[in-house]
Amino acid sequence: MNRISAVAFNTFREAVRDHVLYNLIFFALLLVGAALLFGQISIGIQRIVLVNLGLTAISVFGVVIAIFIGIGLVSKEMEKKTLYTILSRPVRRWEFIVGKFGGLAWTLVVNTLCMAIGFFAALLLLARHFERADSWLVVAIYFIILEFVVVTALALLFSTFSSPVLSAVMALALFVIGTFAEDLRAFAAMSHGATRVFATLAAYVVPNFASLNVISSVAHGQPIAASLILYNTVYSMFYAAAALCGAILVFEYRNLK
Amino acid sequence: MPAIETFALEKSYSIGFWRKRRVAGLKPLNLSVEAGEVFGYLGPNGAGKTTTLKLLMGLIFPSGGSARILGMEIADPRMKSLIGFLPEQPYFYDYLTAAELLEYYAQLSGVPGRERTRRVEQMLARVGMSQSARTQLRKLSKGMLQRVGIAQAILHDPKVVFLDEPMSGLDPLGRREVRDLIQTLKDEGKTVFFSTHILSDAEALCDRVAILHRGELRGVGAVDELTARTQSRIEILFHGLEGITLLSALGAECHATGETVQAIIAESRQDEALDALRRQGARLISLTPVRATLEDYFIERLGEKTGKVEVAR
Repeated sequence: MNRISAVAFNTFREAVRDHVLYNLIFFALLLVGAALLFGQISIGIQRIVLVNLGLTAISVFGVVIAIFIGIGLVSKEMEKKTLYTILSRPVRRWEFIVGKFGGLAWTLVVNTLCMAIGFFAALLLLARHFERADSWLVVAIYFIILEFVVVTALALLFSTFSSPVLSAVMALALFVIGTFAEDLRAFAAMSHGATRVFATLAAYVVPNFASLNVISSVAHGQPIAASLILYNTVYSMFYAAAALCGAILVFEYRNLK
Repeated sequence: MPAIETFALEKSYSIGFWRKRRVAGLKPLNLSVEAGEVFGYLGPNGAGKTTTLKLLMGLIFPSGGSARILGMEIADPRMKSLIGFLPEQPYFYDYLTAAELLEYYAQLSGVPGRERTRRVEQMLARVGMSQSARTQLRKLSKGMLQRVGIAQAILHDPKVVFLDEPMSGLDPLGRREVRDLIQTLKDEGKTVFFSTHILSDAEALCDRVAILHRGELRGVGAVDELTARTQSRIEILFHGLEGITLLSALGAECHATGETVQAIIAESRQDEALDALRRQGARLISLTPVRATLEDYFIERLGEKTGKVEVAR
Protein backbone atom coordinates (compact mmCIF):
# COMPACT_ATOMS: atom_id res chain seq x y z
CA MET A 1 0.00 0.00 0.00
CA ASN A 2 2.91 2.29 0.81
CA ARG A 3 4.40 1.74 -2.66
CA ILE A 4 1.06 2.34 -4.40
CA SER A 5 0.51 5.55 -2.47
CA ALA A 6 4.08 6.65 -3.25
CA VAL A 7 3.48 6.17 -6.99
CA ALA A 8 0.09 7.88 -6.72
CA PHE A 9 1.52 10.88 -4.87
CA ASN A 10 4.34 11.22 -7.38
CA THR A 11 1.83 11.13 -10.26
CA PHE A 12 -0.22 13.85 -8.57
CA ARG A 13 2.92 15.90 -7.96
CA GLU A 14 3.88 15.59 -11.64
CA ALA A 15 0.44 16.82 -12.73
CA VAL A 16 0.65 19.81 -10.39
CA ARG A 17 4.15 20.75 -11.49
CA ASP A 18 3.11 20.39 -15.12
CA HIS A 19 0.67 23.23 -14.48
CA VAL A 20 -2.33 21.02 -15.29
CA LEU A 21 -4.29 22.39 -12.40
CA TYR A 22 -3.69 26.00 -13.39
CA ASN A 23 -6.54 25.64 -15.87
CA LEU A 24 -8.93 25.72 -12.93
CA ILE A 25 -8.00 29.29 -12.16
CA PHE A 26 -8.79 30.19 -15.73
CA PHE A 27 -12.06 28.24 -15.53
CA ALA A 28 -13.11 29.84 -12.27
CA LEU A 29 -12.47 33.31 -13.61
CA LEU A 30 -14.29 32.45 -16.83
CA LEU A 31 -17.38 31.33 -14.90
CA VAL A 32 -17.47 34.39 -12.71
CA GLY A 33 -17.17 36.53 -15.81
CA ALA A 34 -19.92 34.55 -17.53
CA ALA A 35 -22.19 34.98 -14.51
CA LEU A 36 -21.77 38.74 -14.65
CA LEU A 37 -22.51 38.69 -18.36
CA PHE A 38 -25.78 36.82 -17.81
CA GLY A 39 -27.13 39.76 -15.85
CA GLN A 40 -28.73 40.84 -19.08
CA ILE A 41 -30.98 37.77 -19.31
CA SER A 42 -33.98 36.94 -17.00
CA ILE A 43 -33.21 35.12 -13.76
CA GLY A 44 -34.66 31.70 -14.62
CA ILE A 45 -32.78 31.29 -17.89
CA GLN A 46 -29.61 32.70 -16.36
CA ARG A 47 -29.41 29.84 -13.90
CA ILE A 48 -30.12 27.18 -16.51
CA VAL A 49 -27.50 28.59 -18.85
CA LEU A 50 -24.90 28.90 -16.06
CA VAL A 51 -25.50 25.35 -14.78
CA ASN A 52 -25.32 23.92 -18.30
CA LEU A 53 -22.24 25.97 -19.18
CA GLY A 54 -20.52 25.39 -15.83
CA LEU A 55 -21.05 21.65 -15.52
CA THR A 56 -20.32 20.99 -19.18
CA ALA A 57 -17.07 22.95 -18.87
CA ILE A 58 -16.09 20.93 -15.78
CA SER A 59 -16.84 17.74 -17.68
CA VAL A 60 -14.97 18.75 -20.83
CA PHE A 61 -11.92 20.14 -19.00
CA GLY A 62 -11.71 17.00 -16.91
CA VAL A 63 -12.10 14.56 -19.80
CA VAL A 64 -9.42 16.37 -21.79
CA ILE A 65 -7.04 16.25 -18.81
CA ALA A 66 -7.91 12.60 -18.12
CA ILE A 67 -7.19 11.61 -21.71
CA PHE A 68 -4.11 13.70 -22.37
CA ILE A 69 -2.38 12.87 -19.12
CA GLY A 70 -3.78 9.33 -18.97
CA ILE A 71 -2.44 8.29 -22.38
CA GLY A 72 1.09 9.15 -21.30
CA LEU A 73 0.97 7.64 -17.83
CA VAL A 74 2.73 4.45 -18.84
CA SER A 75 3.92 5.09 -22.38
CA LYS A 76 5.86 8.20 -21.37
CA GLU A 77 7.59 6.33 -18.58
CA MET A 78 8.53 3.54 -20.98
CA GLU A 79 9.78 5.98 -23.60
CA LYS A 80 11.79 8.04 -21.11
CA LYS A 81 12.99 4.89 -19.33
CA THR A 82 12.12 6.30 -15.94
CA LEU A 83 10.52 2.90 -15.37
CA TYR A 84 13.94 1.22 -15.23
CA THR A 85 14.76 2.52 -11.78
CA ILE A 86 11.19 1.93 -10.55
CA LEU A 87 10.76 -1.70 -11.60
CA SER A 88 14.26 -2.63 -10.45
CA ARG A 89 12.93 -1.89 -6.95
CA PRO A 90 10.47 -4.12 -5.04
CA VAL A 91 7.55 -2.54 -6.90
CA ARG A 92 5.24 -5.04 -8.53
CA ARG A 93 4.01 -4.04 -11.96
CA TRP A 94 0.37 -4.05 -10.86
CA GLU A 95 1.23 -1.72 -7.96
CA PHE A 96 2.72 0.72 -10.43
CA ILE A 97 -0.43 0.66 -12.59
CA VAL A 98 -2.79 1.08 -9.65
CA GLY A 99 -0.62 3.88 -8.26
CA LYS A 100 -0.62 5.72 -11.58
CA PHE A 101 -4.38 5.38 -11.82
CA GLY A 102 -4.84 6.59 -8.26
CA GLY A 103 -2.58 9.58 -8.82
CA LEU A 104 -4.40 10.81 -11.89
CA ALA A 105 -7.83 10.12 -10.41
CA TRP A 106 -6.80 12.12 -7.35
CA THR A 107 -5.58 14.95 -9.60
CA LEU A 108 -8.94 15.02 -11.35
CA VAL A 109 -10.89 14.99 -8.10
CA VAL A 110 -8.88 17.97 -6.82
CA ASN A 111 -9.31 19.69 -10.18
CA THR A 112 -13.06 19.07 -10.13
CA LEU A 113 -13.48 20.25 -6.54
CA CYS A 114 -11.63 23.48 -7.27
CA MET A 115 -13.69 24.09 -10.40
CA ALA A 116 -16.85 23.23 -8.47
CA ILE A 117 -15.96 25.93 -5.93
CA GLY A 118 -15.61 28.40 -8.78
CA PHE A 119 -18.91 27.19 -10.23
CA PHE A 120 -20.83 27.53 -6.96
CA ALA A 121 -19.25 30.95 -6.39
CA ALA A 122 -20.53 32.05 -9.79
CA LEU A 123 -23.97 30.59 -9.02
CA LEU A 124 -24.07 32.47 -5.71
CA LEU A 125 -23.05 35.67 -7.43
CA LEU A 126 -25.85 35.22 -9.92
CA ALA A 127 -28.73 33.99 -7.76
CA ARG A 128 -27.66 35.63 -4.45
CA HIS A 129 -28.66 32.45 -2.58
CA PHE A 130 -28.71 28.67 -2.94
CA GLU A 131 -31.96 26.76 -3.51
CA ARG A 132 -32.94 23.26 -2.44
CA ALA A 133 -32.70 22.14 -6.06
CA ASP A 134 -29.02 23.19 -6.08
CA SER A 135 -28.19 20.10 -3.98
CA TRP A 136 -28.71 17.99 -7.12
CA LEU A 137 -25.80 19.89 -8.64
CA VAL A 138 -23.54 18.07 -6.19
CA VAL A 139 -24.86 14.75 -7.54
CA ALA A 140 -24.16 15.91 -11.10
CA ILE A 141 -20.58 16.80 -10.10
CA TYR A 142 -20.24 13.40 -8.44
CA PHE A 143 -21.35 11.74 -11.70
CA ILE A 144 -18.76 13.83 -13.56
CA ILE A 145 -16.08 12.51 -11.22
CA LEU A 146 -17.27 8.96 -11.94
CA GLU A 147 -16.97 9.79 -15.64
CA PHE A 148 -13.35 10.86 -15.10
CA VAL A 149 -12.58 7.64 -13.23
CA VAL A 150 -13.76 5.55 -16.19
CA VAL A 151 -11.98 7.72 -18.80
CA THR A 152 -8.75 7.62 -16.76
CA ALA A 153 -8.88 3.83 -16.53
CA LEU A 154 -9.45 3.56 -20.29
CA ALA A 155 -6.66 6.01 -21.14
CA LEU A 156 -4.33 4.09 -18.84
CA LEU A 157 -5.28 0.79 -20.51
CA PHE A 158 -4.47 2.19 -23.94
CA SER A 159 -1.25 3.68 -22.61
CA THR A 160 0.08 0.22 -21.72
CA PHE A 161 0.17 -1.00 -25.31
CA SER A 162 -0.32 1.89 -27.71
CA SER A 163 1.39 5.08 -28.78
CA PRO A 164 0.15 8.34 -27.24
CA VAL A 165 -1.51 9.53 -30.46
CA LEU A 166 -3.40 6.29 -31.03
CA SER A 167 -4.33 6.10 -27.35
CA ALA A 168 -5.77 9.62 -27.49
CA VAL A 169 -7.81 8.78 -30.59
CA MET A 170 -9.17 5.56 -29.08
CA ALA A 171 -9.96 7.15 -25.72
CA LEU A 172 -11.67 10.13 -27.31
CA ALA A 173 -13.63 7.88 -29.70
CA LEU A 174 -14.83 5.71 -26.82
CA PHE A 175 -15.86 8.81 -24.87
CA VAL A 176 -17.88 10.19 -27.77
CA ILE A 177 -19.52 6.84 -28.55
CA GLY A 178 -20.19 6.30 -24.84
CA THR A 179 -21.99 9.62 -24.68
CA PHE A 180 -24.44 8.18 -27.22
CA ALA A 181 -24.61 4.74 -25.58
CA GLU A 182 -28.36 5.00 -24.97
CA ASP A 183 -28.94 5.81 -28.66
CA LEU A 184 -26.75 2.85 -29.60
CA ARG A 185 -28.87 0.55 -27.43
CA ALA A 186 -32.04 1.92 -29.00
CA PHE A 187 -30.55 1.27 -32.45
CA ALA A 188 -29.60 -2.29 -31.43
CA ALA A 189 -33.17 -2.91 -30.26
CA MET A 190 -34.53 -1.85 -33.66
CA SER A 191 -32.00 -3.90 -35.68
CA HIS A 192 -32.11 -7.48 -36.88
CA GLY A 193 -29.73 -10.37 -37.39
CA ALA A 194 -25.97 -9.81 -37.27
CA THR A 195 -26.40 -6.02 -37.06
CA ARG A 196 -28.46 -6.45 -33.90
CA VAL A 197 -25.83 -8.75 -32.39
CA PHE A 198 -22.93 -6.41 -33.12
CA ALA A 199 -24.82 -3.29 -32.15
CA THR A 200 -25.92 -4.87 -28.86
CA LEU A 201 -22.39 -6.00 -28.14
CA ALA A 202 -21.01 -2.54 -28.91
CA ALA A 203 -23.72 -0.86 -26.84
CA TYR A 204 -22.79 -2.85 -23.76
CA VAL A 205 -19.01 -2.85 -24.27
CA VAL A 206 -18.66 0.92 -24.67
CA PRO A 207 -18.90 2.79 -21.38
CA ASN A 208 -22.34 4.27 -20.77
CA PHE A 209 -21.46 7.94 -20.31
CA ALA A 210 -25.00 8.88 -21.25
CA SER A 211 -26.23 7.58 -17.90
CA LEU A 212 -23.66 9.76 -16.09
CA ASN A 213 -24.80 12.92 -17.89
CA VAL A 214 -27.57 14.50 -15.80
CA ILE A 215 -26.55 18.12 -16.49
CA SER A 216 -29.72 18.96 -18.36
CA SER A 217 -31.93 17.48 -15.60
CA VAL A 218 -30.23 19.33 -12.73
CA ALA A 219 -30.20 22.52 -14.75
CA HIS A 220 -34.01 22.35 -14.66
CA GLY A 221 -34.02 21.49 -10.97
CA GLN A 222 -35.15 17.88 -11.45
CA PRO A 223 -34.22 15.40 -8.68
CA ILE A 224 -31.92 12.44 -9.32
CA ALA A 225 -33.21 9.03 -8.24
CA ALA A 226 -31.23 7.19 -5.56
CA SER A 227 -31.34 4.07 -7.74
CA LEU A 228 -29.54 5.97 -10.52
CA ILE A 229 -26.87 7.13 -8.09
CA LEU A 230 -26.35 3.53 -6.94
CA TYR A 231 -26.39 2.14 -10.48
CA ASN A 232 -23.91 4.72 -11.80
CA THR A 233 -21.57 4.22 -8.83
CA VAL A 234 -21.49 0.43 -9.16
CA TYR A 235 -21.32 0.54 -12.96
CA SER A 236 -18.47 3.08 -13.05
CA MET A 237 -16.45 1.25 -10.39
CA PHE A 238 -16.95 -2.05 -12.18
CA TYR A 239 -16.06 -0.64 -15.59
CA ALA A 240 -12.98 1.19 -14.29
CA ALA A 241 -11.87 -1.94 -12.42
CA ALA A 242 -12.25 -4.02 -15.58
CA ALA A 243 -10.20 -1.52 -17.62
CA LEU A 244 -7.60 -1.42 -14.85
CA CYS A 245 -7.37 -5.23 -14.80
CA GLY A 246 -6.82 -5.13 -18.54
CA ALA A 247 -4.05 -2.59 -18.11
CA ILE A 248 -2.40 -4.71 -15.40
CA LEU A 249 -2.62 -7.84 -17.55
CA VAL A 250 -1.02 -6.14 -20.56
CA PHE A 251 1.69 -4.44 -18.53
CA GLU A 252 2.56 -7.59 -16.58
CA TYR A 253 3.93 -9.21 -19.72
CA ARG A 254 5.23 -6.15 -21.51
CA ASN A 255 8.92 -6.12 -22.45
CA LEU A 256 10.30 -2.65 -21.82
CA LYS A 257 12.46 -1.16 -24.55
CA MET B 1 26.34 -19.14 -2.65
CA PRO B 2 27.09 -17.04 -5.74
CA ALA B 3 25.58 -13.57 -5.78
CA ILE B 4 24.52 -13.85 -9.42
CA GLU B 5 23.95 -16.97 -11.47
CA THR B 6 22.58 -17.40 -14.95
CA PHE B 7 21.55 -20.73 -16.41
CA ALA B 8 21.39 -20.66 -20.21
CA LEU B 9 19.76 -17.24 -19.96
CA GLU B 10 18.85 -16.06 -23.43
CA LYS B 11 16.85 -13.43 -25.25
CA SER B 12 15.81 -13.35 -28.86
CA TYR B 13 13.59 -10.93 -30.73
CA SER B 14 11.14 -11.43 -33.56
CA ILE B 15 11.64 -8.94 -36.35
CA GLY B 16 10.20 -8.29 -39.79
CA PHE B 17 6.69 -7.34 -40.81
CA TRP B 18 5.23 -10.75 -39.89
CA ARG B 19 7.64 -11.11 -36.95
CA LYS B 20 8.86 -14.44 -38.30
CA ARG B 21 12.61 -13.82 -38.25
CA ARG B 22 14.38 -14.36 -34.93
CA VAL B 23 17.44 -12.40 -33.91
CA ALA B 24 19.46 -13.37 -30.86
CA GLY B 25 20.05 -10.46 -28.52
CA LEU B 26 21.70 -12.78 -26.01
CA LYS B 27 22.70 -16.35 -26.68
CA PRO B 28 22.42 -18.89 -23.83
CA LEU B 29 24.52 -17.41 -21.05
CA ASN B 30 25.97 -19.38 -18.17
CA LEU B 31 27.63 -17.09 -15.71
CA SER B 32 28.41 -17.05 -12.02
CA VAL B 33 29.51 -14.07 -9.94
CA GLU B 34 30.73 -14.65 -6.42
CA ALA B 35 29.58 -12.53 -3.49
CA GLY B 36 31.87 -9.58 -2.78
CA GLU B 37 33.38 -9.54 -6.28
CA VAL B 38 33.71 -6.58 -8.58
CA PHE B 39 32.76 -8.15 -11.88
CA GLY B 40 33.28 -6.42 -15.19
CA TYR B 41 30.93 -7.22 -18.03
CA LEU B 42 32.71 -6.13 -21.16
CA GLY B 43 31.84 -5.93 -24.80
CA PRO B 44 31.55 -3.55 -27.72
CA ASN B 45 28.37 -1.61 -28.39
CA GLY B 46 25.52 -3.95 -29.27
CA ALA B 47 27.15 -6.98 -27.63
CA GLY B 48 24.19 -7.68 -25.36
CA LYS B 49 25.42 -6.17 -22.09
CA THR B 50 22.37 -3.99 -21.49
CA THR B 51 20.10 -6.85 -22.61
CA THR B 52 21.63 -9.02 -19.90
CA LEU B 53 21.12 -6.33 -17.28
CA LYS B 54 17.54 -5.75 -18.33
CA LEU B 55 16.86 -9.48 -18.06
CA LEU B 56 18.32 -9.58 -14.56
CA MET B 57 16.28 -6.54 -13.53
CA GLY B 58 13.06 -8.05 -14.85
CA LEU B 59 12.53 -5.23 -17.34
CA ILE B 60 12.37 -7.75 -20.19
CA PHE B 61 11.55 -11.43 -20.09
CA PRO B 62 13.93 -14.21 -21.15
CA SER B 63 13.26 -16.33 -24.21
CA GLY B 64 14.87 -19.21 -22.37
CA GLY B 65 16.89 -20.14 -19.32
CA SER B 66 16.78 -18.59 -15.89
CA ALA B 67 18.80 -16.57 -13.44
CA ARG B 68 19.15 -16.16 -9.71
CA ILE B 69 20.37 -13.27 -7.63
CA LEU B 70 21.32 -14.03 -4.01
CA GLY B 71 19.71 -17.43 -4.44
CA MET B 72 16.33 -16.00 -5.46
CA GLU B 73 14.74 -16.17 -8.89
CA ILE B 74 14.82 -12.87 -10.79
CA ALA B 75 11.01 -12.76 -10.76
CA ASP B 76 10.99 -12.79 -6.93
CA PRO B 77 10.11 -9.27 -5.68
CA ARG B 78 11.92 -9.92 -2.36
CA MET B 79 15.17 -9.99 -4.28
CA LYS B 80 14.60 -6.44 -5.56
CA SER B 81 15.04 -4.92 -2.11
CA LEU B 82 18.55 -6.38 -1.97
CA ILE B 83 19.81 -5.00 -5.29
CA GLY B 84 20.49 -1.59 -6.73
CA PHE B 85 20.55 -0.62 -10.39
CA LEU B 86 21.95 2.30 -12.33
CA PRO B 87 20.84 2.17 -15.99
CA GLU B 88 22.93 3.56 -18.82
CA GLN B 89 22.27 7.27 -19.30
CA PRO B 90 19.65 7.26 -16.56
CA TYR B 91 16.43 9.19 -16.92
CA PHE B 92 14.72 10.57 -13.89
CA TYR B 93 11.67 12.68 -13.20
CA ASP B 94 13.15 16.04 -14.10
CA TYR B 95 10.47 18.00 -12.22
CA LEU B 96 11.74 16.55 -8.92
CA THR B 97 14.69 17.80 -6.92
CA ALA B 98 17.52 15.41 -6.10
CA ALA B 99 16.28 15.07 -2.52
CA GLU B 100 12.69 14.45 -3.61
CA LEU B 101 13.77 11.79 -6.08
CA LEU B 102 15.79 9.93 -3.47
CA GLU B 103 12.93 10.22 -0.96
CA TYR B 104 10.58 8.70 -3.51
CA TYR B 105 12.95 5.86 -4.34
CA ALA B 106 13.65 5.24 -0.66
CA GLN B 107 9.92 4.86 -0.08
CA LEU B 108 9.61 2.43 -3.00
CA SER B 109 12.55 0.44 -1.67
CA GLY B 110 10.90 0.05 1.72
CA VAL B 111 13.19 2.31 3.75
CA PRO B 112 11.22 3.13 6.94
CA GLY B 113 9.83 6.64 7.19
CA ARG B 114 11.90 7.72 10.18
CA GLU B 115 15.13 6.70 8.53
CA ARG B 116 14.35 7.98 5.06
CA THR B 117 15.35 11.62 5.44
CA ARG B 118 18.57 10.73 7.23
CA ARG B 119 19.49 8.17 4.56
CA VAL B 120 18.76 10.62 1.74
CA GLU B 121 20.96 13.30 3.30
CA GLN B 122 23.70 10.77 3.87
CA MET B 123 23.62 9.58 0.25
CA LEU B 124 23.59 13.09 -1.16
CA ALA B 125 26.65 13.92 0.94
CA ARG B 126 28.35 10.71 -0.13
CA VAL B 127 28.04 11.54 -3.82
CA GLY B 128 28.84 15.21 -3.28
CA MET B 129 25.36 16.52 -4.06
CA SER B 130 24.38 18.13 -0.74
CA GLN B 131 24.60 21.63 -2.20
CA SER B 132 22.28 20.72 -5.07
CA ALA B 133 19.77 18.71 -3.04
CA ARG B 134 16.95 21.21 -3.63
CA THR B 135 17.70 21.82 -7.31
CA GLN B 136 15.34 20.36 -9.90
CA LEU B 137 16.95 17.56 -11.85
CA ARG B 138 16.30 19.30 -15.17
CA LYS B 139 18.82 21.94 -14.11
CA LEU B 140 21.61 19.50 -13.24
CA SER B 141 24.56 18.63 -15.48
CA LYS B 142 25.14 15.13 -16.84
CA GLY B 143 27.81 14.43 -14.26
CA MET B 144 25.54 15.52 -11.42
CA LEU B 145 22.71 13.37 -12.76
CA GLN B 146 25.07 10.41 -12.83
CA ARG B 147 25.91 11.03 -9.17
CA VAL B 148 22.23 11.15 -8.29
CA GLY B 149 21.85 7.94 -10.25
CA ILE B 150 24.53 6.23 -8.22
CA ALA B 151 22.97 7.55 -5.01
CA GLN B 152 19.59 6.03 -5.88
CA ALA B 153 21.28 2.70 -6.66
CA ILE B 154 22.90 2.39 -3.22
CA LEU B 155 20.39 4.34 -1.14
CA HIS B 156 18.76 1.29 0.42
CA ASP B 157 22.10 -0.43 1.20
CA PRO B 158 21.76 -3.24 -1.35
CA LYS B 159 23.95 -6.34 -1.29
CA VAL B 160 24.42 -6.40 -5.07
CA VAL B 161 24.82 -3.30 -7.21
CA PHE B 162 24.35 -3.35 -10.99
CA LEU B 163 25.83 -0.46 -12.95
CA ASP B 164 25.34 -0.13 -16.69
CA GLU B 165 28.16 1.95 -18.19
CA PRO B 166 28.61 4.04 -15.01
CA MET B 167 31.46 6.11 -16.49
CA SER B 168 29.53 6.95 -19.64
CA GLY B 169 29.72 10.63 -20.54
CA LEU B 170 31.76 11.61 -17.48
CA ASP B 171 34.86 13.77 -17.49
CA PRO B 172 38.12 12.33 -16.07
CA LEU B 173 37.36 13.68 -12.60
CA GLY B 174 33.88 12.16 -12.67
CA ARG B 175 35.26 8.82 -13.79
CA ARG B 176 37.79 8.87 -11.00
CA GLU B 177 35.01 9.52 -8.48
CA VAL B 178 32.96 6.61 -9.81
CA ARG B 179 35.99 4.32 -9.70
CA ASP B 180 36.63 5.32 -6.08
CA LEU B 181 33.00 4.67 -5.26
CA ILE B 182 33.09 1.21 -6.79
CA GLN B 183 36.19 0.45 -4.75
CA THR B 184 34.42 1.66 -1.61
CA LEU B 185 31.43 -0.55 -2.36
CA LYS B 186 33.76 -3.49 -2.68
CA ASP B 187 35.41 -2.64 0.64
CA GLU B 188 31.93 -2.68 2.17
CA GLY B 189 31.52 -6.25 1.01
CA LYS B 190 29.02 -5.56 -1.73
CA THR B 191 28.99 -7.35 -5.06
CA VAL B 192 29.37 -4.95 -7.96
CA PHE B 193 28.43 -6.01 -11.47
CA PHE B 194 29.17 -3.33 -13.99
CA SER B 195 29.16 -3.22 -17.72
CA THR B 196 31.59 -1.07 -19.65
CA HIS B 197 33.48 -0.80 -22.88
CA ILE B 198 36.28 1.20 -21.22
CA LEU B 199 38.77 -1.61 -20.64
CA SER B 200 41.23 0.38 -18.56
CA ASP B 201 38.55 0.89 -15.91
CA ALA B 202 37.74 -2.81 -15.88
CA GLU B 203 41.41 -3.69 -15.67
CA ALA B 204 41.92 -1.39 -12.70
CA LEU B 205 38.82 -2.35 -10.73
CA CYS B 206 37.64 -5.85 -11.51
CA ASP B 207 38.39 -9.11 -9.78
CA ARG B 208 37.04 -10.92 -12.80
CA VAL B 209 35.65 -9.97 -16.15
CA ALA B 210 33.48 -11.53 -18.83
CA ILE B 211 33.64 -10.60 -22.47
CA LEU B 212 30.54 -10.58 -24.58
CA HIS B 213 30.39 -10.20 -28.34
CA ARG B 214 27.30 -10.37 -30.56
CA GLY B 215 25.30 -11.85 -27.70
CA GLU B 216 27.81 -14.60 -27.03
CA LEU B 217 30.12 -15.05 -24.05
CA ARG B 218 33.72 -15.22 -25.32
CA GLY B 219 35.74 -15.37 -22.14
CA VAL B 220 35.48 -15.10 -18.38
CA GLY B 221 38.09 -15.01 -15.63
CA ALA B 222 40.55 -12.89 -13.69
CA VAL B 223 42.23 -10.18 -15.77
CA ASP B 224 45.82 -11.37 -15.32
CA GLU B 225 44.87 -14.98 -16.06
CA LEU B 226 43.08 -14.01 -19.26
CA THR B 227 45.86 -11.75 -20.48
CA ALA B 228 48.43 -14.49 -19.79
CA ARG B 229 46.79 -16.48 -22.56
CA THR B 230 47.12 -13.68 -25.07
CA GLN B 231 49.84 -14.03 -27.64
CA SER B 232 52.99 -12.47 -26.16
CA ARG B 233 54.75 -9.67 -27.98
CA ILE B 234 58.23 -8.22 -28.00
CA GLU B 235 59.39 -4.63 -28.44
CA ILE B 236 62.56 -4.27 -30.51
CA LEU B 237 64.35 -0.92 -30.54
CA PHE B 238 67.01 -0.48 -33.24
CA HIS B 239 68.86 2.04 -35.44
CA GLY B 240 68.38 1.85 -39.20
CA LEU B 241 65.26 2.78 -41.11
CA GLU B 242 65.95 0.02 -43.65
CA GLY B 243 64.80 -2.50 -41.06
CA ILE B 244 61.23 -1.18 -41.16
CA THR B 245 60.38 -2.89 -44.44
CA LEU B 246 61.82 -6.21 -43.30
CA LEU B 247 60.00 -6.25 -39.98
CA SER B 248 56.70 -4.98 -41.42
CA ALA B 249 56.80 -7.98 -43.73
CA LEU B 250 56.97 -10.17 -40.62
CA GLY B 251 53.85 -8.50 -39.22
CA ALA B 252 55.51 -5.99 -36.90
CA GLU B 253 54.05 -2.57 -36.05
CA CYS B 254 56.86 -0.06 -36.62
CA HIS B 255 57.21 3.56 -35.45
CA ALA B 256 60.25 5.66 -36.32
CA THR B 257 61.60 8.66 -34.41
CA GLY B 258 64.58 10.03 -36.31
CA GLU B 259 66.85 7.07 -36.99
CA THR B 260 65.45 5.03 -34.06
CA VAL B 261 62.73 2.52 -34.83
CA GLN B 262 60.35 0.87 -32.33
CA ALA B 263 58.90 -2.40 -33.63
CA ILE B 264 56.27 -4.51 -31.80
CA ILE B 265 56.18 -8.09 -33.04
CA ALA B 266 54.77 -11.45 -31.92
CA GLU B 267 57.18 -13.32 -29.67
CA SER B 268 56.97 -16.33 -31.98
CA ARG B 269 58.62 -14.28 -34.75
CA GLN B 270 61.34 -12.81 -32.53
CA ASP B 271 64.17 -14.95 -33.96
CA GLU B 272 63.18 -14.22 -37.57
CA ALA B 273 63.10 -10.50 -36.81
CA LEU B 274 66.52 -10.50 -35.12
CA ASP B 275 68.04 -12.51 -38.03
CA ALA B 276 66.62 -10.03 -40.53
CA LEU B 277 68.03 -7.05 -38.62
CA ARG B 278 71.45 -8.75 -38.30
CA ARG B 279 71.62 -9.39 -42.05
CA GLN B 280 70.65 -5.77 -42.68
CA GLY B 281 73.37 -4.54 -40.34
CA ALA B 282 70.95 -2.64 -38.13
CA ARG B 283 72.17 -1.70 -34.64
CA LEU B 284 70.03 -3.34 -31.94
CA ILE B 285 69.32 -1.08 -28.94
CA SER B 286 66.99 -3.18 -26.78
CA LEU B 287 64.69 -6.18 -26.69
CA THR B 288 61.81 -6.00 -24.18
CA PRO B 289 58.74 -8.22 -23.58
CA VAL B 290 55.45 -6.28 -23.91
CA ARG B 291 52.87 -7.04 -21.21
CA ALA B 292 49.58 -8.10 -22.72
CA THR B 293 46.71 -5.86 -21.74
CA LEU B 294 43.06 -6.64 -21.38
CA GLU B 295 42.55 -4.72 -24.61
CA ASP B 296 44.84 -7.17 -26.41
CA TYR B 297 42.85 -10.09 -25.02
CA PHE B 298 39.57 -8.35 -25.82
CA ILE B 299 40.49 -7.72 -29.44
CA GLU B 300 41.83 -11.23 -29.82
CA ARG B 301 38.60 -12.77 -28.48
CA LEU B 302 36.40 -10.54 -30.60
CA GLY B 303 38.33 -11.52 -33.69
CA GLU B 304 37.64 -15.23 -33.18
CA LYS B 305 34.66 -16.75 -34.92
CA THR B 306 34.25 -19.88 -32.80
CA GLY B 307 31.63 -20.26 -30.08
CA LYS B 308 34.31 -21.43 -27.67
CA VAL B 309 34.21 -19.76 -24.26
CA GLU B 310 37.54 -19.35 -22.60
CA VAL B 311 37.38 -19.71 -18.84
CA ALA B 312 40.30 -18.80 -16.63
CA ARG B 313 40.03 -20.48 -13.25
